[in-house]
Amino acid sequence: MSNASTKAKSGFPNPLQWLGGATLAMLGEVGRLSIFTGKTMGASFSPRWYPSQIVRQMIAIGFYSLPVVGLSAIFIGAALALNIYSGGSRFGAEQFVPNIVVLGITRELGVTITGLMLAGRVSAGIAAEIGAMRVTEQIDALKTLSANPFRYLYAPRFLAGIITLPILVLIADVIGVMGGWAVSTLGLGFDSTTYLRNTMDFLTWQDVTVGLIKAVVFGGVIAILGCYHGDKSSAGATGVGRAATFAMVGAAVLILAFNYLISTVLVDFGS
Amino acid sequence: MSTQPLLELKDVHKSFGPKQVLTGVDIDVAPGKSLVVLGGSGSGKSVMLKNALGLMTPDKGQILFDGVDVTRDQGKTREAMRARIGMLFQSAALFDSLTVWENIAFRLLNADGMKRKDAKERAIETLKQVRLGSDVADLTPAEISGGMQKRVGLARAIVSRPELIFFDEPTTGLDPITADAINDLIVEQTKALGAAAISITHDMASARKIADEIAMLFEGKIIWRGPASMIDDSGNAHVDQFVHGRADGPIQPAL
Ligand SMILES: Nc1ncnc2c1ncn2[C@@H]1O[C@H](COP(=O)(O)OP(=O)(O)OP(=O)(O)O)[C@@H](O)[C@H]1O
Ligand SMILES: [Mg+2]
Repeated sequence: MSNASTKAKSGFPNPLQWLGGATLAMLGEVGRLSIFTGKTMGASFSPRWYPSQIVRQMIAIGFYSLPVVGLSAIFIGAALALNIYSGGSRFGAEQFVPNIVVLGITRELGVTITGLMLAGRVSAGIAAEIGAMRVTEQIDALKTLSANPFRYLYAPRFLAGIITLPILVLIADVIGVMGGWAVSTLGLGFDSTTYLRNTMDFLTWQDVTVGLIKAVVFGGVIAILGCYHGDKSSAGATGVGRAATFAMVGAAVLILAFNYLISTVLVDFGS
Repeated sequence: MSTQPLLELKDVHKSFGPKQVLTGVDIDVAPGKSLVVLGGSGSGKSVMLKNALGLMTPDKGQILFDGVDVTRDQGKTREAMRARIGMLFQSAALFDSLTVWENIAFRLLNADGMKRKDAKERAIETLKQVRLGSDVADLTPAEISGGMQKRVGLARAIVSRPELIFFDEPTTGLDPITADAINDLIVEQTKALGAAAISITHDMASARKIADEIAMLFEGKIIWRGPASMIDDSGNAHVDQFVHGRADGPIQPAL
């Protein structure tokens, strides 16, 4: 008690000790998440499958996300056109609005906005659902009834994520471009046919492909983070609530990180 | 011992971090017999069942089913065991995304690949056995009462005609009359199947009704075991205290 260094230790955490502890905890988490991802992918790409569960999840993840994805895309496209117009006009480049809108939407914004919105809507939702199943012993019940939760619960969500995200992103791309077109023709004095022709001329399949590759990865991230945090959630409403929060935040951060990583690797693809 | 036990736990240990929950559990149940394990709140009753079912792996010790070691097996042998077992969970654990009949028929539909029409017939038959009408078959678990959920859980546990059924506190959270009805159903249905049963409970009325044999779990070990008729003169101070529900005695209340 009289020892000064003991006092310091118990009163304020030693920053180095704290940093070391946090690093170890993070490495442990990364390891567990990797194993969980491996198991989920193993279950996704080998029999047996539960087709009715996959369809159900495709509807839950894909179909019901259409309104939020569409609305987000239209506003992002509109704001993008507006900003490029005013920024571009400073050096007489405002005619490039259609080109930059279509490039920005297909390569970056369509897919990141879709991913981030679904991190909130889908990842948190999956975590809450699986977490509730965990704490009410439904996951234990599945196992005793000879159904593997990786096959019955997690693989269908993963497959639904990687299948529906690219479709949602294609839709977001179209709607986003139309958002830019609407603002440009209604508010900025662009001619409708010229705008659309410029868009189509500038659009490349490579740009769309980059967006779709990202979409597949983001779909997997969203499903796996939701399942992972739900699966390990602890008892009680706070446990399930925390699982949903962790899933959403984790998915959002990973989406932005993967977005940067894939952009780096594919930056020369198609240009 | 002439007959081989259907399920046997040998020296099972389980800890969570520094907390030792099971410290050498030895217990077995013979085919067709009903064993009730008593124990206080937090004494590790559910953990014991989960180890037996392979939902947790023991740190040390063995689980034998029908003479076969399944302790660490999660493959074919374990699935073969689960196909012969039914389980009623403490919270019923019905799948809330499925209807009542799909819950009951879950194993038939998924693991056994039975046709939906046949599976539904079997589910409704089993509903009748637990005194529920076919009108609840298409409801979801959220639409039925707690007592009905327990009955549906029981129906799900017996539908595949298991040889061994686990009951985790089957009467907790029910009023005395409903609890008694559940006890009657448990006795009736296990007898009808000729199945063995392991029930864990702290409800003495329930224990007296369904047990052939009673055992007591305390501080991670089975400290007493005997025929149900012996429970009132067990000669064990822990058991006496539990049977009479006294706060003073060798067992400290969990607060
Ligand atoms: N997954 C787990 N992780 C950590 N500790 C656990 C876990 N499961 C159980 N425990 C601990 O083990 C102890 C025994 O729990 P268990 O659920 O078996 O009690 P119980 O005898 O079934 O009690 P009750 O009558 O309240 O259901 C408790 O102290 C609990 O905190
Ligand atoms: Mg319990």
